[in-house]
Amino acid sequence: MTDLKPKDFASTLDVRWCPGCGDYAVLKSLQKILSDTGAKLEDTLCVSGIGCSSRLPYYMATYGFHSIHGRAPAVATGAKLANPELDVWVFTGDGDGLSIGGNHLMHALRRNLDMQIVLFNNQIYGLTKGQFSPTSQKGLRTPSSPGGSVDTPLNPVRFAIGAGAKFIARSVDTQAKVLGPVLQAARTFEGTAFVDVLQNCVIFNDGVFDKLKDKKQGPDHTLFVEHGQPLVFGVDRNKGIRIKAGGFSLEVVSLEEGGLSEADLIVHDETNHALAGALAELGGNAGEPTVLGILFREEAPEFGAESRIGLPAKPLSMNEKLTRLSATLRKAETWDVGEDEQ
Amino acid sequence: MQNGLERGAANRELPVSQQPEVDYVRVRFAGDSGDGIQMTGTRLAEAAARFGNDIATFPDFPADIRAPSGTIYGVSAYSLNIGHAEVDTFGDEADALVALNPAAVRKYLEGVKQNGLLILDRDAFTERALTKAGFISNPLEDGSLSNFRVLPLEITSNTEKALRETGLSAKDAKRCKNMWTLGLVLWLFERSTTDVEHWVEQKFHQKPELAKANILALQAGHLYAEVNELPSGIERYNIQPAPLMEGEYRSINGNEGLAYGLYAGATLADLELFYGSYPITPASPLLHTVAKLKELGALSFQAEDEIAAVCAAIGASYAGHLGVTGSSGPGIALKTEAIGLAIMTELPLVVVNVQRGGPSTGLPTKTEQSDLFQAIWGRNGDAPLPVIAPAHPGECFDIGVEAAKLATKHMTPLMVLSDGYIANASAPWKLPDFSDPAYQPFPVKKASEPTGFLPFDHDPETMARPWAVPGTAELMHRIGGLEKQAGSGDISYDGENHQLMTQIRAQKLEAIANSIPVQHVETGEATGKLALVGWGSSWGPIRVAARRAQLEGRSVSHIHLRHLWPLPPNLEELLSGFDRIIIPEMNNGQLATVLRSQMPLCFESVTCVKGRPFLVREIAKIIDDVLGA
Repeated sequence: MTDLKPKDFASTLDVRWCPGCGDYAVLKSLQKILSDTGAKLEDTLCVSGIGCSSRLPYYMATYGFHSIHGRAPAVATGAKLANPELDVWVFTGDGDGLSIGGNHLMHALRRNLDMQIVLFNNQIYGLTKGQFSPTSQKGLRTPSSPGGSVDTPLNPVRFAIGAGAKFIARSVDTQAKVLGPVLQAARTFEGTAFVDVLQNCVIFNDGVFDKLKDKKQGPDHTLFVEHGQPLVFGVDRNKGIRIKAGGFSLEVVSLEEGGLSEADLIVHDETNHALAGALAELGGNAGEPTVLGILFREEAPEFGAESRIGLPAKPLSMNEKLTRLSATLRKAETWDVGEDEQ
Repeated sequence: MQNGLERGAANRELPVSQQPEVDYVRVRFAGDSGDGIQMTGTRLAEAAARFGNDIATFPDFPADIRAPSGTIYGVSAYSLNIGHAEVDTFGDEADALVALNPAAVRKYLEGVKQNGLLILDRDAFTERALTKAGFISNPLEDGSLSNFRVLPLEITSNTEKALRETGLSAKDAKRCKNMWTLGLVLWLFERSTTDVEHWVEQKFHQKPELAKANILALQAGHLYAEVNELPSGIERYNIQPAPLMEGEYRSINGNEGLAYGLYAGATLADLELFYGSYPITPASPLLHTVAKLKELGALSFQAEDEIAAVCAAIGASYAGHLGVTGSSGPGIALKTEAIGLAIMTELPLVVVNVQRGGPSTGLPTKTEQSDLFQAIWGRNGDAPLPVIAPAHPGECFDIGVEAAKLATKHMTPLMVLSDGYIANASAPWKLPDFSDPAYQPFPVKKASEPTGFLPFDHDPETMARPWAVPGTAELMHRIGGLEKQAGSGDISYDGENHQLMTQIRAQKLEAIANSIPVQHVETGEATGKLALVGWGSSWGPIRVAARRAQLEGRSVSHIHLRHLWPLPPNLEELLSGFDRIIIPEMNNGQLATVLRSQMPLCFESVTCVKGRPFLVREIAKIIDDVLGA
């Protein structure tokens, strides 16, 4: 088979997201990295739940399963356990993955089955027309919260850390330079890779991430982390993160003041659970950057491989199975009723 | 599998049981949850089955894991019917009750027949235990047991005496009292202790001191009965082997039978079995049994909840395995939306519902057959799926095979309705011979040819769509819960297409109706005055009552439905041959309602929702009421 181009991963269906939707950018990044990594159409499976994000499998020329609300991780788990050769992707949203499907997401993350879960986080319910979601900011006025939402928002990355995920990343929908490599790393990771994609809903929650995406000022509000690199950010790359003296938290410092240099900053260690948790929290207060990139990555036993321990080394033939079943049935006490007893 | 099922019915043509204590003996063990009652009962059942008797058992244990000792709600019981003739139920009443504490007497005395035998542990009738069980005076002394033949024995102290030399602590020695009792009961049935000794040696092979103690207690009980003269009026039971069809047998309960049958079915379909499940009473043993089949290639997955369990099974089916999920009523309710997804995506899936008392959490450890509506109609949209039900434990294996066959042949989810009684009850089972034509393989042919491939094209005979699994080159396609264009499978919101697809889903059931065996009469004539129509585990009592009535020359036939949806096409014609049709079922009249909706005949309903199967005499009364006593 010849190498596939990004457009070869697109199905013939017209994409029907709203013009300007952030989902287009994620779809494009996905198709590009699949092409770049030499993925095969027949070995790629996209599974989704319900919502705008979950339409994605229809736009891919791979195998796809548009399942039911919140359950994509469970469907994907069954498919991957049945056929470990498949490259399985789950596409979900903040409502699908964190609200109705929160339980499945939690358990998928802790199990560490080899698949990628990409959560399109637009902080709103799109397909049902604009109600607040589990990640909506407090006070957001929507049709179901006309006085402003009083729900405390959930931080998907913190959720993933709490669930014990072994690969946790965050990206912005339109920043292909961050999203592409993150998706590629997620695909390579042997376990469940979770990617929180901050994605713009152009209709119901337009502009919530504009500050982060701004071409000029964006670098002041985002910090791209790389393993082994100091935590530096800013338009002029003159700000950094260090451990707050006398405390157990992080603080933003200026490299131009007080004689601080990069040597005073934290060096990103993607295997450090506590650091990932602290980084995930940043961005909530004025002056703090929202952290992008791979916040946490740690090799761990893969659920599929562990689940297969004890299976026959190679698939049994029908006859072998029936023979073994016959033997198993006879592990209980058996007795013969002979002809003479008729 | 029609051959298998028909042969299964023929298999059971044993003599009709008529005379208690001559043709059959019904014995019930009861005691505290910690007394080892289930083990004692199972051992006697195995010994009787090995001897060649027909048996029917009914374990009845409390919902609490460790209820306070000595209380009535902590009583565990095991009922066993041992026959020379055919026994299909554990019996309406016990011929003998073996009670290891006062609470057991209190709870089960009512179920003992007049002049029945009571074997009691006199040591357990202390003032404290009597008070706990709610007795104001000691029934051993106040004459309240005068309607029974009472055999009070010092079971605990005799056990301790027998184990004095072993060095076992008093507490551990006491725990062997069930084995002492079993030894005594084996003597009562004229059986030796050899088989049980063999079993004990295997069971405790890593704890030889416990094996030795248990065997000593067993032998002591047997010897006690042998050397001590029993009071007059207490005779040993002489139940000869039943004339079972020749072959190799083991005993099996419904959960085991179904798990093995589903594995066999997946194998005969040339597929791997994937079992996704979430623990629930009384379906959990299905999961436990499949988990042990791993070395045979079966993959089980304990999911985070019922929804994930069925969804994982659907995902596994999509990827080419036979996905199976099992649960009980409340869990099935949670799976409902996903079952609709399997109907919409036309994937093979077997859903097992081991029914229990409902609604809601209901009666978790009690049996009922009240999820028929849920199975047939309990989904949003026009969402048909086939529903089949085993009649007894010995049939569960074949039902598992048939479930796999129908689901794969027609590309459809299917529901198996077992129940708590079938799941836990055990019976002798003739081991399957896989060279028998009944187990002819039905290998699935997955799609591989790209030319003309349409994922939602339908085979006109089976109404199956092609099964193209991920990993197959050039057959990439997308499926999902949205309505699909017939043929291409692309999303379609078109009304005409939805009408067509709704018809296709209905035609799938018609195709199944045409492929299932014709409905036969279980026992009795093909026409007559009265038809008793049953399904599921009401099979036993209906069969026993109907056969006894037939021996008396009465015009009653038993018709038992394995295929509940779609119904066998000849059912209406068959039932038209009877003057009265009565449906006894363990719910508030669900099958009667279903049948009324399908054929213009008069169906009368008799119901029982008491957490137990019908009694034979309750069915006999129906017959008497119609045909005269």
